[in-house]
Amino acid sequence: MTEKLLDVRGVTLQYRTTEHVVTATHRVSFSIYPGDRFILLGPSGCGKSSLLKAVGGYLAPLEGEITLKGKRIAGPGPDRMMVFQEFDQLLPWKTVTENVVFPLLATSRLGRKEAFEKALHYIDKVGLTRAKDSYPHTLSGGMKQRVAIARGMAMEPEILLMDEPFAALDALTRRTMQDELLRLWDDTKFTVLFVTHSINEAIRVGNRILLLSPHPGQVRAELNSTDDVSRIGALETEIHDLLFA
Amino acid sequence: MTAINPFAPPREDQFFEVPAFGGHADVERPIPFWEKLWNKAWLRKCVIIAALAALWQAYGVFSANSLLFPTFTDTMEAFRDNIANGVLLARAWTSVRVLLMGYALGIGLATVLSVLAITTRIGNDFLETLTSMFNPLPAIALLPLALLWFGLGLGSLIFVLVHSVLWVMALNMHAGFLGVSQTMRMVGRNYGLGRLAYVVKILVPAAFPSILTGMKVGWAFAWRTLIAAELVFGVSSGQGGLGWFIFENKNQLEIPSVFAGLFSVILIGLAMENIVFRKIEEKTVRRWGMQH
Repeated sequence: MTEKLLDVRGVTLQYRTTEHVVTATHRVSFSIYPGDRFILLGPSGCGKSSLLKAVGGYLAPLEGEITLKGKRIAGPGPDRMMVFQEFDQLLPWKTVTENVVFPLLATSRLGRKEAFEKALHYIDKVGLTRAKDSYPHTLSGGMKQRVAIARGMAMEPEILLMDEPFAALDALTRRTMQDELLRLWDDTKFTVLFVTHSINEAIRVGNRILLLSPHPGQVRAELNSTDDVSRIGALETEIHDLLFA
Repeated sequence: MTAINPFAPPREDQFFEVPAFGGHADVERPIPFWEKLWNKAWLRKCVIIAALAALWQAYGVFSANSLLFPTFTDTMEAFRDNIANGVLLARAWTSVRVLLMGYALGIGLATVLSVLAITTRIGNDFLETLTSMFNPLPAIALLPLALLWFGLGLGSLIFVLVHSVLWVMALNMHAGFLGVSQTMRMVGRNYGLGRLAYVVKILVPAAFPSILTGMKVGWAFAWRTLIAAELVFGVSSGQGGLGWFIFENKNQLEIPSVFAGLFSVILIGLAMENIVFRKIEEKTVRRWGMQH
């Protein structure tokens, strides 16, 4: 049996607004194994984004513990690359290639030549070789998200954290991006923690789905996904009932 | 809910063969020459300047009082003569040199203050308090004090110049830093950059539109302050600047030369705005799509 990669144990998260202290999640536990496409699914207010931020190291748990390969997470780091929903996650003063290369060089993980080679390799993987010298403001929303994914993957992190990366895209582009992500996974078998509020997307993208109930976020179920077309409808209904019953 | 609209007659599903589309661009036509020319901003601005010069000339001829209001051509003549004998260029160079020193120092200090303000809370309070205290204070009002502290000369000029640049620059830079989106901050932290690298590689470029505005406004403030200061105490270290040139010529009632001095001040300002800052904009914020 393989070792757990990421372990979330009894994590309670709180954040402060100017007037309230909001409990985002209450004693949430789950484990991710290498190669998992692990989905956090739930309606808005279930704390799924907060959980992802906690794994990213931006938010310290009030209670419980998050460990990556047995080491407690203390802050943000390049071993957990984030892909955000917002298009402004790309640095507008850098071209596509420079955006992908920057973290490789900033962490001085690779030499200049190797960094550029790796960056171009992943830019090619997401099909953006033609746009490699473009500035982000000239790209479409889908292309921007592809760059962000290439940037995350080029760092070859322990785990890729994706915060509703396709939510701001139109439905058709969204579908294409989901398929591309799966194709990339077939290629490299990376580990990804993926946040979404779409049941359909959860089933398509994930292999394991954590259902969270809202206010505060608590684990409702942890399910296996399916790629058996005849079972998808039933699973969708089951998840729907679990979340909204 | 039903898929049938009761208000419409029954309709069959229809399918069509889609022929390959050639995509001929036969509706394209070139823009007429004059329109193309008129699309150039520099040309439109030149036309405005020419019109203003014509107005000036007309009024000068009409008032026929070369002591109070010399004509455009008289001014140009004085300008040409003073350029030819080298006086104006020397004066302008003196001013610009002092200006650049004060400007650079002001920007440097503003950067230090803004970086402190964005990285620490006490630095933030410090900057906010200081800018609200000193930004409204005209630099020229500090000149008497500066003269007392640093004496007649370079020291005093630099002091008032720094004062005129520092606060407006710091204010803009700090506002720019605060305006950097949460996502971009998180991206920067995700890379595990150190504090300084984070500021230099993420915050400064992300805030560059505001920083550039600060630099422009700071430049204008510094230029005004310098000319005014030179008018007040004239010569510094044996060599006067443009302000002194204007003052000197006024005393000798060489009014066309006074106008020529003012004209040089305007000219340098125009060049700075339309050449230097324009180039910086093109290479940075426009290219990055942060400004259109």
